[in-house]
Amino acid sequence: MRMEQMYQEVILDHYKHPHHRGLREPFGAQVHHVNPTCGDEVTLRVTLSDDGETIADISYDGQGCSISQASTSVLTDQVIGQSVDEALKTVGAFTEMISSRGNVEGDEDVLGDGIAFAGVAKYPARVKCALLGWTAFKAALAEASAKDTVLTAVGTNAEDKR
Amino acid sequence: MTASVDLDLTRIRADFPILSRVMRGGNTLAYLDSGATSQKPLQVLDAEREFLTTSNGAVHRGAHQLMEESTDAYEQGRADIAAFVGADDDELVFTKNATEALNLVSYAVGDNRFDRVVGPGDVIVTTELEHHANLIPWQELARRTGAELRWYAVTDDGRIDVDSLQLDDRVKVVAFTHHSNVTGAIAPVAEIVRRAQAVGALTVLDACQSVPHQPIDFHALDVDFAAFSGHKMLGPTGIGVLYARCELLNALPPFLTGGSMIETVTMESATYAAAPQRFEAGTPMTSQVVGLAAAARYLDAIGMAAVEAHEAELVAATLDGLTQIPQVRIIGPTTTEHRGSPVSFVLDGVHAHDVGQILDDDGIAVRVGHHCAAPLHRRFGIAATARASFAVYNTLDEVDRLVAGVKRAVEFFA
Repeated sequence: MRMEQMYQEVILDHYKHPHHRGLREPFGAQVHHVNPTCGDEVTLRVTLSDDGETIADISYDGQGCSISQASTSVLTDQVIGQSVDEALKTVGAFTEMISSRGNVEGDEDVLGDGIAFAGVAKYPARVKCALLGWTAFKAALAEASAKDTVLTAVGTNAEDKR
Repeated sequence: MTASVDLDLTRIRADFPILSRVMRGGNTLAYLDSGATSQKPLQVLDAEREFLTTSNGAVHRGAHQLMEESTDAYEQGRADIAAFVGADDDELVFTKNATEALNLVSYAVGDNRFDRVVGPGDVIVTTELEHHANLIPWQELARRTGAELRWYAVTDDGRIDVDSLQLDDRVKVVAFTHHSNVTGAIAPVAEIVRRAQAVGALTVLDACQSVPHQPIDFHALDVDFAAFSGHKMLGPTGIGVLYARCELLNALPPFLTGGSMIETVTMESATYAAAPQRFEAGTPMTSQVVGLAAAARYLDAIGMAAVEAHEAELVAATLDGLTQIPQVRIIGPTTTEHRGSPVSFVLDGVHAHDVGQILDDDGIAVRVGHHCAAPLHRRFGIAATARASFAVYNTLDEVDRLVAGVKRAVEFFA
């Protein structure tokens, strides 16, 4: 049965019981991403640690299919607590696997439950679903990091003038 | 294969080789997405091939034999298609697709060379159930001209609510769809046209989902403009049709300009050819017109009344089967009264994409998403529906497979 390969138990679990769902404050940046072909959407917030080095929290809300909702849940499991560099590597590895048409298996050490989505990669129509939350995270992270850099720079300048 | 209406479905299906394809899940294709694009019979493909292998040349140019034969094929195609939709030959303009046809109207009526030009303070009316192709061109016309865009609301069963908006003499255009591409509701064309005419407004009918599925007579419908696409009516892609009442077409300024649409040209200016050539700039879609004419003849030979009756039977069986599943909510009328082919639905607890994926595993092709009608979906508080849409070649057996597949989706995600 092909459907069980695509909709693995772990995906259905994340869909029915999503992790870290809900919008929380405070947050460094918030983005709203949609998949214009199907209307699926996610609002996602990223909070960085005080030093701007670590992903302190990801919170999100949205509506969409099991693949988009479950993959966003997996994203939060994998990335919260990672350094910014590690998080970007994780996003890169997930994107590579999902975009590979099934040629890249994915490393469980890097992707955790994310490797369950390897089957989705064989269905080009669902690639955007699987990447919705991850693309949103990447955009929010860039925004949060930029703000952090600005704040740090302002702080430095202020100190210089003292 | 049986149908209670007078159709030889076995013979019809033999004209569409793709319908016997075995899909990746190991099941024969059940193609229930003709509302997005229809499949093409051999007769259409053969007509294009015959034209291209014997008579291909540039239409309306030069003096050689192939040019003459091409021009004849092109203009005979226009005549055949016009006869199919109850129009005169010189009332049809060929465009790239129906979207371009609607854009043509929206640009031409906003051009100050037109004596009924839309301007500041005027009102353009559309409806909340439109395909984006019959909404965004009007939003843009309003933006360009300073006119105001207003719209008829939609009832809970997915019909245009004709009493939700009162027209006055500021209304210059009323654009609406004949068959909703989501709810399947058939618009009360005569009533909407009557109200529009009473205030002197032009009417624009999106007929993409009606021309392939029921007998159409644009003169009898009494609309000013109508648009439909080739690929939804068993014809090729890359060809759409604009119908416009003769005197309006003659009065409208051009939209796209260039070769073929001119009379005289100097370095400073140009005068333009008579309609319909005035609206067909550049080398036209010749083999596509030949193919579309073959599609019109193919449907005409079956008989559009028989096509309509057959599809009504399929829709009735679909509504009957789906409404027996407690988790199903139909977005649109739940009876066949004033209702056409698309049957759109949501499943409690299962997203439309996931429904589509489970059905795909069974070889059943349906459309999922907002079907280019996002405001309508928003009206119903949903982001996406699954949509089964039919054509003349579909069978009751395929409807049974759809209903079984939807039940399977419910069980899978339970």
